[in-house]
This record gives sequence, C-alpha cells and structure tokens, in this order.
Amino acid sequence: MKYKDYYATLGVDRKASADEIKKAYRKLAQKHHPDVNKEKGAEEKFKEVAEAYQTLKDPEKRAAYDQLGTGFQPGQDFRPPPDWERQFHTQGGGTGGFSFEDLDLSDLFEQLRGQQREARAKRPIPGQDYEVRVQLTLDDAYRGTQLDLDLGARTIKARIPKGATDGQRLRLRGQGGKGMNGARDGDLYLDIELRPHPLYRPAGHDLYVDLPLAPWEAALGATVEVPTLDGAVNMKIPEGTTAGRKMRIAKKGLPKPGGGEGDLYAIVQIVNPTVLSDEEKALYRQLGETSRFDPRGHFAGEKTNDD
Amino acid sequence: MTTERDDLWLHARQEISIVELADCAGLSEAEVRELVEFGALSPSDITRWTFSSTCVARVRSAARLRQDLELDTAAFALVMRFLERIDELEQRLRHLSAERQAPQRR
Repeated sequence: MKYKDYYATLGVDRKASADEIKKAYRKLAQKHHPDVNKEKGAEEKFKEVAEAYQTLKDPEKRAAYDQLGTGFQPGQDFRPPPDWERQFHTQGGGTGGFSFEDLDLSDLFEQLRGQQREARAKRPIPGQDYEVRVQLTLDDAYRGTQLDLDLGARTIKARIPKGATDGQRLRLRGQGGKGMNGARDGDLYLDIELRPHPLYRPAGHDLYVDLPLAPWEAALGATVEVPTLDGAVNMKIPEGTTAGRKMRIAKKGLPKPGGGEGDLYAIVQIVNPTVLSDEEKALYRQLGETSRFDPRGHFAGEKTNDD
Repeated sequence: MTTERDDLWLHARQEISIVELADCAGLSEAEVRELVEFGALSPSDITRWTFSSTCVARVRSAARLRQDLELDTAAFALVMRFLERIDELEQRLRHLSAERQAPQRR
C-alpha cells in the first residue's frame, strides 16, 4: 500500500482546524474541478484533493489516518502499525489474510469501527454514470458508425447513429457502472469531438467550405464542381460574384438527429495566381487600363479628415 | 452492441419527464423544481413538467459542482445560468470559426 500525504495534498498543517481544512478544500476544489477546469490533469488533481478531504473532514477517519504514523514519503510502500487494525478496522476476525499490498489507502477508511455499516442493509445503489470523450471524423458523423470503447472494466461496441456534431453528447442507457441491490445500471455519455477535416468546417449541422474562384470565373460567371460528403455537385456561379459570398447547397450538410440535414455553404474566395506568364501580365495590364473599377473609392472621404 | 432503444442524442430536443431529468442528474424532483423557481431552468411544457433533453448535460454538470463544491441553492442556480451562457458562447464561437475559416478549437 502506498502512502499518500493528505495534509500536503490540501496544503495544510497536520494540526489544521476543521475550518482550515474545509477552506483549503474549497479553494482547491474550485480550482481543479473538471466541470470548471478543462486542462489536462485537472480531473486527476481534483480526485486527489477530494479523497484527502473525505478522510480529513471526518474526525474519526482523520484520527485513524493520523495514527498510521508520520514521516512516510508520498508514494512510499508502508503498513499500518500493528495496533492500528485492532483499534480502527472493523473487519471481523482480523485481516482474515487479505493483503495490504492490494489496497489503496482510501480503502482503509471506508468502514471504521463505530461507523454505520450500510453494506449489511441492502440499500439499492444506482450504477455510476461514465462520460467519455470520443473523436469522430466528419465521415463517421455523416454516415453513423460503430466504435469499440475501452471502459477499463470492459469494452463495449457502441453504435453511433447519424446526428452527431461537434460538442454534442450521446447518452447510452444502462452502459455505465452496474447498479447494486436492484438499482438500475448507470448510463454512458459520449462527448463528441469532430476531427478537423481538410475541406469542411462544421457549424451545428451545417458545413462550410471555401470555394476558390479565378478572377475571371467570378467576374464572368462559371459552372464549378463542388465536392460534398455525398458526391460532387455542379454549382452555377453568377456573373459579378464577389469574395465572401455564401452560396448555399441545400441538404448537403450533416444529418440531424431524428431526420433532416443541415446545408453546405460554399464561401467564395477570389484567388490570384502568384506567378504570371508574360502574356497573362499583358492581359492584366490591358484590363487595368480599360477598367474604370475603383476598389478603394470609399477611402477618399476618410483621407481628407486629417486637416 | 448498443441498440436504438438505448441511445439518445441530447441535442435532439426530446421531451423528458421531471423524473427522468432528476434521475439523470442525481437530484430529487424537489431540487429540480427549485431550479425552475429560481429561473435557472425552464420546462418546455409547464403543465406536464417536461424538459428538453438539451438541458441534461448542464444540469448534470451543475449538480456535480453543487455536490463537490458544497454549494447552496442560490449558487447552484447561478452556476446553471452561467453554464447555459457558456454553452451559447461556445456554440457561437464554433459557428464563427467555421464561417471565417479560423482554425477549429475545442
């Protein structure tokens, strides 16, 4: 069994008052609670803090913990002193041969002499819920998929129906921890994260895709092929199309739960070749000389304001 | 393998009873009614006391915070409101990122 220094975890002195312990817990709990703090390692840290508090906030458990002795290093293998078990542990008939090596320190304080023994009363305890973050590709979300999930104690094959999108959750009833004494099993919540896709960006069930056009395509209009998750479609670009225009391709987004689909929006970008041949340059020059187009007409009014 | 009867997309806006919501969040029915009294939660149907499944994740998260941080009822209700606002902002951020070609963030 490895020693854990609960006082050090909470950052308090071994002689700290109950109030000091409570305050220390609250401060650390707020800081590291995984529902507030989304950083890596926050949940681990919170569990450590919560475990320390569970033991130190209860006077009997704290006394038992203190009696384990001092001077151990965190992580050090140790055994409780010989008298400890007789004084604190309720397991009838001594240790009955169970090994301290297999225990976690927190298990020692589960049932102490003099505390209510709820295990004998067959109180129904609902199974624990599990929450797991799951990464899907856009294609998985589009078609639905099946995943093998490793939940530690067991692996399950989870069917992911159509309807997924980024940041949403799927509840799988009864796939969590086992309930005890007739209570129901817990549920499994899958927290969906969509992997970035080279082309499409999801916004709810809609998808956005950049649609690059050559200057002449935008100016003169064109028919262009746009890929969708459901195969390519031809899109008519009207003449005089400007950059930033959103062109809707209905129902080519992600499927919604319970039916229907989002849309695909192609966002027009006008792109220029970086290297021009002499002939192309000549044509551009001619266009520049012929055209009366002023892209910065609106600057003129502002420029005279600094007099 | 899990089947159709067992799964629910929380954003599908399915109507769930107050009993089911309380059960999902580990709260009593009275505690859920209290949240409604504080204006932190709105039933989609006030006569039948049913709620949209879209609130489940938020209620679960707030209930965990209430237990772990030892919050009183007023703080619990406030946490619910803030979580709702955070959800809305995250959703808006995702939409803006997608429209403006910014890199995706979680």
